[in-house]
Amino acid sequence: MSRAAKSGSVLRTAGSLVAYFLIPIVILLASPWWLLLGIVAALAAFAVFTRPGQQVLSVIQVGIATIPQRIGSSSVVVVGIAGVVAVLVALLAMAQGFAQTLKETGDDQTAIVLRAGSNTELNSVLDHETAVLVSQAPQVRRGDSGEPIASPELVVVTSIPKKSTGLDANVEMRGVGERAWELRPKVKITEGRKFKPGLRELIVGKDARRQFANVDPGSTLKLNGQTWTVVGAFDSNDSHNSEVWGDTDIVASAYRRGSSTTSVTVRLTDASAFDAFKAGLAADRRLQVDASTTRSYFNAQSQSISNIIRILGTVVGVIMAVGAVFGALNTMYAAVAARTREIATLRAIGFRGTPVILSVMAETLLLALLGGVIGAGLAWAVFDNFTASTLGSNFSQVVFSFRVSPPLLWSGLKWALTIGLIGGLFPALRAARQPVTAGLREL
Amino acid sequence: MKYLHLIWAGLTRRKTRTIFTVLSVLAAFLLFGLLDTVNSAFGNVSGSLAGASRLVTVSKISFTMALPMSLYSRIQAVPGVAGVSYANWFGGQYQDGRVFFPNQAVSENFFDLRPEWELPAAQKRAFKETRTGAVAGANLARQFGWKIGDKIPLQATIFPQKGGSNAWTFDLVGIYRAKNPDARGEENALFFNYKYFDEARQFGNGAVGSYSVKLTDPRQADQVAHAIDALSADSEYETKTETEQAFTAALVSQFADIGLIVGSIMAAVFFTLVLLTGNTMAQAVRERIPELAVLKTIGFSRRSVLALVLCEAVLLLLIGASIGLLLASVAVVSIQGQVAGQLSLPRVGAGEWSRGLLLALAIGLLVGFLPAWRGMRLRIVDALSGR
Repeated sequence: MSRAAKSGSVLRTAGSLVAYFLIPIVILLASPWWLLLGIVAALAAFAVFTRPGQQVLSVIQVGIATIPQRIGSSSVVVVGIAGVVAVLVALLAMAQGFAQTLKETGDDQTAIVLRAGSNTELNSVLDHETAVLVSQAPQVRRGDSGEPIASPELVVVTSIPKKSTGLDANVEMRGVGERAWELRPKVKITEGRKFKPGLRELIVGKDARRQFANVDPGSTLKLNGQTWTVVGAFDSNDSHNSEVWGDTDIVASAYRRGSSTTSVTVRLTDASAFDAFKAGLAADRRLQVDASTTRSYFNAQSQSISNIIRILGTVVGVIMAVGAVFGALNTMYAAVAARTREIATLRAIGFRGTPVILSVMAETLLLALLGGVIGAGLAWAVFDNFTASTLGSNFSQVVFSFRVSPPLLWSGLKWALTIGLIGGLFPALRAARQPVTAGLREL
Repeated sequence: MKYLHLIWAGLTRRKTRTIFTVLSVLAAFLLFGLLDTVNSAFGNVSGSLAGASRLVTVSKISFTMALPMSLYSRIQAVPGVAGVSYANWFGGQYQDGRVFFPNQAVSENFFDLRPEWELPAAQKRAFKETRTGAVAGANLARQFGWKIGDKIPLQATIFPQKGGSNAWTFDLVGIYRAKNPDARGEENALFFNYKYFDEARQFGNGAVGSYSVKLTDPRQADQVAHAIDALSADSEYETKTETEQAFTAALVSQFADIGLIVGSIMAAVFFTLVLLTGNTMAQAVRERIPELAVLKTIGFSRRSVLALVLCEAVLLLLIGASIGLLLASVAVVSIQGQVAGQLSLPRVGAGEWSRGLLLALAIGLLVGFLPAWRGMRLRIVDALSGR
């Protein structure tokens, strides 16, 4: 081959690489489920109703029938891909679980007001006057008694040993106002009773109770030389479950905060009143505060951590996927080599190249799909609702559960199919290009 | 050693297969190098000797609570204490706040108690003499192009100035470096004068976040820590004193059980890898049975056939692992450039290399054993006749 022809063929190879590789990958990773379902349906119709399609189907059947003879090397594809998908789905489920837990803590009907410039409650300080002015804004809903549904809250951090390690961990202690119950109707007392305003009493969130030692109702806690009694447990089904709650004024006096608070949370007359509420606070010269809906506030609190986990998951997934692709390539090249005679025979009796290519591809994708299902199933079985905790933005533990959601399982399957597609394509092309005569002569 | 070319010939018999397998091994060990580095970044954040010879005193309730300034002179008087500095977390944001770096107000003797950092004497003096002076780590200064004499604006998230403004401006008077090149991650912080901070802040005046205590003898750490905590026992401001190392380790363990996460991922990766390379070796030996029989015929002992196949598997793993770890070292350096300030990754060091290569050796022996056993046991007559 001349040099020019050689470089031409290199270019052609590069071009076909792009065409064969990148385009299907992009389509596969970006496509919604209905598009893929459509493609699969179209392929199935092609296989059943057209003559070349029937050819393909019969070749595929032969290929699949020989898998048991190659069970060892076929399982490399399955296990390799299962590993990638399991790790990927588990890590993404962790990110999702953390984000979801915080997201559910907020809604559009309630707003949280912090000191201007503070991005978390722990960093914020509001004086008493500010707290009163905020709760009297006209957009704040009034309760039956005519009082605004607002809760001046004080978030502080305390140390309680973790059950699992026995080491001190930071626990968020939230002082809440009298109207906190109307403000957060989701919060249900599951055991004992609410704390009594004016007393050193606490109630403990469901997850905090599970994670930390000695916080069951009835037990006493010694914080800074003062004794607090846990009088009840609550379940809010969101990140408040990682907290212990007490009366704002009592928490403030225990932590020597005087009459200051960290935030005021209010219930708005309705979600559309938020803009007017925010504008009203901004226009008031006496106030230096930032308002946000609790939904956007709690969403923002999860972002940096869930992004880090998501990036970690993707990077680990990509590197593992590269390894799995080479494993699949090896297996499928070996499979094609093992079937050299059979493929050559098919070609000799009149089968075209396309059915051969498609049959090798179909076999790889089938193995990949099996691996994907096993990996996703494993991740779901082990990690769905798996509980973990980390330091949240208030420098205290946030307990969350992994969420293995259907979209995550689906994206795991898409990764599996992509690996299968890449791992099957080149062996398939080689199978079709094998010279028939040489193949028939092979022992 | 004299059989090296024979082993090599075995590997290059099917070049594509060997290359693909090496690439898989490479991917696994690249991941191993990266994750092990992350793990040790969290594991020994302050693993330096200096970290063990200093104590941290914070509020017993949590380190987010302030302590009174009056403790300063009392801690200094505790026997075994060589020096005390104090600090208050500021948590200011620079520019749009997208790049986070730690920034704190510190006492003027702060740098005197940190011999592991290098700060020119003139700059150290300037820090003590300049009211609004600040000292930045070399890495941080490089990242933002700061030079001595620059004004650095920070947006307060906790402490506004008197009058309510969140805008603080500091004058950069010094740049410190870590003496240990593996501790470059410590060069990502900004420190400024506590005196100025305390005079100008709106609230919290006269309190500090933490005390840092230098010991005359690190072996007395426990006694001194107890003596310091006894100063405030049963008061309104109880303290908790521990070595810097223990403090950081406790903080990190609160984030996540990094070791567990990394361990699980690596278990999945290596399980897959064992299967994959095991399959490759099984294929390689199956194809070569007649050749192995020839080797035996011409006088190779059973044991040397076993060794040949085992060596082939180990060599395959070692090649992949070396390239993978090499790639990991390159990747860590470039990632460090991206995440400077958030996380300080040590370089892929001797620890990672020795652990990685040992692991490669173990996996090589593991996956090579069955095929090698098969090669050793084969009967020449059967193998040559293709039975």
